[in-house]
Amino acid sequence: MRADLDLIKDWVEPGKRVLDLCCGDGELLHHLQTQKQASGYGLEIGPENITKCIAKGVNVIEKDIEEGLASIKDNTFDTVIMTQAIQIMMRPDEIVDEMLRIGKECIVTFPNFGHWRARGYLAFRGKMPVSKFLPYTWYNTPNTHFCTFKDFERLCVERNIYIMERTVVDNGHQHRWWIHLWPNMLGEIAIYRITK
Amino acid sequence: MPAVIPEDSVGIVEPQKIEFTEPLHLSCGRTLDSYHLMVETYGKLNADCSNAILICHALSGNHHVAGYHSMEDKKPGWWDSAIGPGKAIDTNKFFVIGLNNLGGCHGSSGPNQLNPTTGKPYGPDFPIVTVDDWVESQARLADYFGIQQFAAVVGGSLGGMQALQWSINYPDRLRHCMVIAAAPKLSAQNIAFNEVARQAISQDPQFHDGHYYEENEVPKVGLMLARMLGHITYLSDDGMRSKFGRELRSGQISYDFTPQFEVESYLRYQGERFSTEFDANTYLLMTKALDYFDPTAVTGEPLADILAKAKAKFMVISFTTDWRFSPERSHEIVDALVDADKQVSYAEIEAAQGHDAFLIPIPRYLNVFHAYMARVEADTPNLNCEGEH
Repeated sequence: MRADLDLIKDWVEPGKRVLDLCCGDGELLHHLQTQKQASGYGLEIGPENITKCIAKGVNVIEKDIEEGLASIKDNTFDTVIMTQAIQIMMRPDEIVDEMLRIGKECIVTFPNFGHWRARGYLAFRGKMPVSKFLPYTWYNTPNTHFCTFKDFERLCVERNIYIMERTVVDNGHQHRWWIHLWPNMLGEIAIYRITK
Repeated sequence: MPAVIPEDSVGIVEPQKIEFTEPLHLSCGRTLDSYHLMVETYGKLNADCSNAILICHALSGNHHVAGYHSMEDKKPGWWDSAIGPGKAIDTNKFFVIGLNNLGGCHGSSGPNQLNPTTGKPYGPDFPIVTVDDWVESQARLADYFGIQQFAAVVGGSLGGMQALQWSINYPDRLRHCMVIAAAPKLSAQNIAFNEVARQAISQDPQFHDGHYYEENEVPKVGLMLARMLGHITYLSDDGMRSKFGRELRSGQISYDFTPQFEVESYLRYQGERFSTEFDANTYLLMTKALDYFDPTAVTGEPLADILAKAKAKFMVISFTTDWRFSPERSHEIVDALVDADKQVSYAEIEAAQGHDAFLIPIPRYLNVFHAYMARVEADTPNLNCEGEH
């Protein structure tokens, strides 16, 4: 299992109703369904991923999140999850608001643009960072809204969003004790558990 | 005509006529004291009767879903692309039932069949039947085969509406429900198209208020017009443009009213062919069943509340250029199912063929179909435990 998903699964209590936005091939939901008796759906737009979800027995709904989640009623889900996708949304703030409207709590993961490697790349090379972890160039990247941990936490303060838990991991999705000394510099992926 | 029967075909099949003598009380208030259904089955029913799949047909469909009736047949059954050995609905694993619905014109009790009480064709006196009535008659068909619970009920268009109604009327009698290119009810525009089709038929001088059998006539023109209109709504603007464009049959305009554009001759051909194969009274009945379909009508509750009683798992599929029953109409079904906390998956297939796409073997559509049928298979006990019916 992808390591960030491996961390997230421990934040979902058994028997919960889960919505996974941009659920990919359904790996996380499949795990939550089989190991945690979770119910719910994944939303996805990739045809191959949708077929993989169906084959796995994961309930998947073909839906472009950018078109909005208005058809879903308030507090329909216990947990709404979005992994590594918030930075590709047109309006990440609006998506977070919508996630918190339809779910009682949300789990969000995103790449940290404040990581020392990204900072160093820009500072010393004077170019937008390109790495194994951020493989796109500035003109073709789907990641139109990069942010740092600090940026995200500021959004939470502005919108009165309560951060229940957060963790940071490195590029291999490993917890390392030293990351927590200076997360915005040393952590590559942020994982937040938030609620209103 | 197939020179040889393809390996993935169910082969030569034979319809059977099944008689029912228990009176059927219909939504319209009338009763059919006895009736018969034309049925085809493919594959083998297993010993615990758990591997049966019911195929519900659309407006002009019938019991001949797959395979050939003879080596002289020009075409196989109407959904041969999806049903057969190794196909999405695998007849090596499942027992598949296709039927001609009540009111149809391919051998089941309907306007062109003899009314046992008068000895004459029912004609326009055949009662108006609804999707609810069809589901009831199909449940009795399941009883006849000893099937307590279908592995899946599957249908496209009007067939999808029957599948949806099944999940509401008989929650315990199906494990999976596949609703393809359907809608939770017709829009005013849908009903308007149906009304034009009905008017074309009933205004045909050879219609004789539906008593054309006695006159030895057929309202051919009306039926042809109805089908031409219907056909336009089954195709998409893009699909028609790429299939016909403004192509001329003879290469030049002749400045008269003969059919010159390819699309004109195509529609005339389709309409004429249909008018020799289909019954006008049945066309009227089928369009009425479409118009009346609305699972929320009886109680006035929202669809999500109506679907709350369903126990099946759902697969909903729509096609991007379908404007007869557009993806938005399938979204209504999916949203209601999510609201009702039901298990549902939904795929919106990119396709240029409009509403017709549900009958066309589009690769992504078949992939989704195969993947979902694997789930149906996983939920079917003793799949390989074969038994003869």
